[in-house]
Amino acid sequence: MAQPAPGAARIEIIGLTKRFLTPKGRPFTAIQDVSFTVEPGQFCAIVGPTGCGKSTTLGQVSGLDRPSAGRVLVGGQEVRGITKGVSFMFQADALFPWKTVLGNVMIGPVLAGRAKKQAARLARDWLRRVGLAGFEDRYPHQLSGGMRKRVAMAAALINEPKILLMDEPFGALDVQTKAIMQTELLGLWEQTRPSVLFITHDLDEAVALADRVLIMTSGPGSIKQSFEIDLPRPRGEVQAIRHEPRFLELQHQIWSSLKDEVERAYAQTAGVAA
Amino acid sequence: MRTTLTTEQPVRTTDITPTPAVTAADADPGLQSAARRARRRRTALVWLGRIVVPVVIIGGWQWFTAAGVVDKFFFGQPSGVWHSLVQLFTKGTAFGSIWLNLEITIREAVYGFLLGTGAGIVFGLALGQNRFLADVLGPYIKVANSIPRIILGSIFVVAFGLGTFPKVLLAAVLVFFIVFFNAFQGVREVDQNLVANVRVLGASPFQVARHVTVPSALTWIIASLHTAFGFAIIGALVAEVLGAQHGIGLVIVQAQGQFDMDTVFACMLIMAVVTLVAEYLLTLLERRVLGWRPPSRSEVAAI
Ligand SMILES: Nc1ncnc2c1ncn2[C@@H]1O[C@H](COP(=O)(O)OP(=O)(O)OP(=O)(O)O)[C@@H](O)[C@H]1O
Ligand SMILES: [Mg+2]
Repeated sequence: MAQPAPGAARIEIIGLTKRFLTPKGRPFTAIQDVSFTVEPGQFCAIVGPTGCGKSTTLGQVSGLDRPSAGRVLVGGQEVRGITKGVSFMFQADALFPWKTVLGNVMIGPVLAGRAKKQAARLARDWLRRVGLAGFEDRYPHQLSGGMRKRVAMAAALINEPKILLMDEPFGALDVQTKAIMQTELLGLWEQTRPSVLFITHDLDEAVALADRVLIMTSGPGSIKQSFEIDLPRPRGEVQAIRHEPRFLELQHQIWSSLKDEVERAYAQTAGVAA
Repeated sequence: MRTTLTTEQPVRTTDITPTPAVTAADADPGLQSAARRARRRRTALVWLGRIVVPVVIIGGWQWFTAAGVVDKFFFGQPSGVWHSLVQLFTKGTAFGSIWLNLEITIREAVYGFLLGTGAGIVFGLALGQNRFLADVLGPYIKVANSIPRIILGSIFVVAFGLGTFPKVLLAAVLVFFIVFFNAFQGVREVDQNLVANVRVLGASPFQVARHVTVPSALTWIIASLHTAFGFAIIGALVAEVLGAQHGIGLVIVQAQGQFDMDTVFACMLIMAVVTLVAEYLLTLLERRVLGWRPPSRSEVAAI
């Protein structure tokens, strides 16, 4: 396994609980007593039924949100306010519609206090790396969904984060584009090796990319099981790895663990609706 | 580390990496000229329609009044309106040349517009970003908004006399509420994902405003300026009607007193031209500031 980046940080989540107030004023526990650790430079995927609190967990790690109970430590430091050195790729499109592609990618270094010129040079370089050279002056609405995701990926990686938080980044893409983006992500990740927390609904994606896959239970969410993915790195083409026996074996194990949760979550929401 | 990062990215992505070059199909000359012809034909049709509409309306008006079906004493007549226009510009008004009066009215409207817009933006952004302030002041703004504001004109004229100040004030008050509500709403509609995005990147509250809130609210604010300028003109005119020494509003009241409908219409026309010019300037501003916006479906340059 390649070395983690010198700056990569350990993420420790200890007894994390988050409650929300529902519009009616009743407390609602989204996640309960979640504990796990992501080693520096580790690629950790989280899968779980919809609404189990995956996005909520990421919100606590980034410092956008505060835990109701428990602690989040990043690099040994308790998270207070926004965590330093974090990049976040959101579930929804988070590009600035009024900025060009270049402007969107530049925002990270600019906010980090770099000179405009230097930031632009860096952004151009990253756009080239995600295969978008020549598209600097376009606006997001002039791009395809896959291209927008590439811009978001360049914007997330340009600051060379210690920690990369990704919330279903490729959820809305078609299968082929998704495979290409996954391969690209792996390639870029292997160069800088930040610690990654990667949320997905796609088991294949989780197994193909991650070092470890965590299964979350349906609401209130907590960690049900953890699987070490011992497929060798660098993994290369994501499509190719899908047919290896070890991949299928792991995928099958994880699916049987997840299936119960998905069914339980479905019964829960159906019960509420009935 | 940075230098090692700039190594070439895998070639395996080339199959979907789009190239911005023009493809052979786009450059087909036959297709291009067909598209150009279709566009020209449409433009010609639009202009024909645009000419027919005023010819019918003005011609009909002239014809009905000339035939005596409609009394031109009450409703004026296009030829009379034209005559009044010529009179206004050659002989001037009872209150000095038309240019002087026009200049005064425009100045009042523009000052009112700027004042109202400035205040509207400041309050809108402040209240939109500060929930506490919004909760405290919200009910009072609703109350203020439900006052028929034209009546404030009477108060301003009595309080501040016949000069330009009460006109500027009335125009500003009318403009303020329009811009304020739009700025406020604009801030409220800000995409929270974008806010979260820059916050994670370490933006200070000021940077969040600079990079997200203000640009996002700008769409709403600029859209409101078109309506707002119309209201600035209304504010200035109404305040002049209520009491003034100069201005188009005053010319209108005087003409009304003399049952000179042609002059009233002539003044209306002049103010319409002023508003159109302002509209044009605002559109230029809009294009400059909001150039990033996706065109609506029908505007997309498609064939
Ligand atoms: N601000 C909030 N107020 C109240 N409830 C919330 C809030 N945010 C999330 N929740 C609730 O917390 C639970 C977990 O939400 P979360 O977005 O973390 O789910 P998720 O696992 O990311 O789901 P998905 O996979 O569909 O994105 C959900 O039941 C949701 O309704
Ligand atoms: Mg989610």
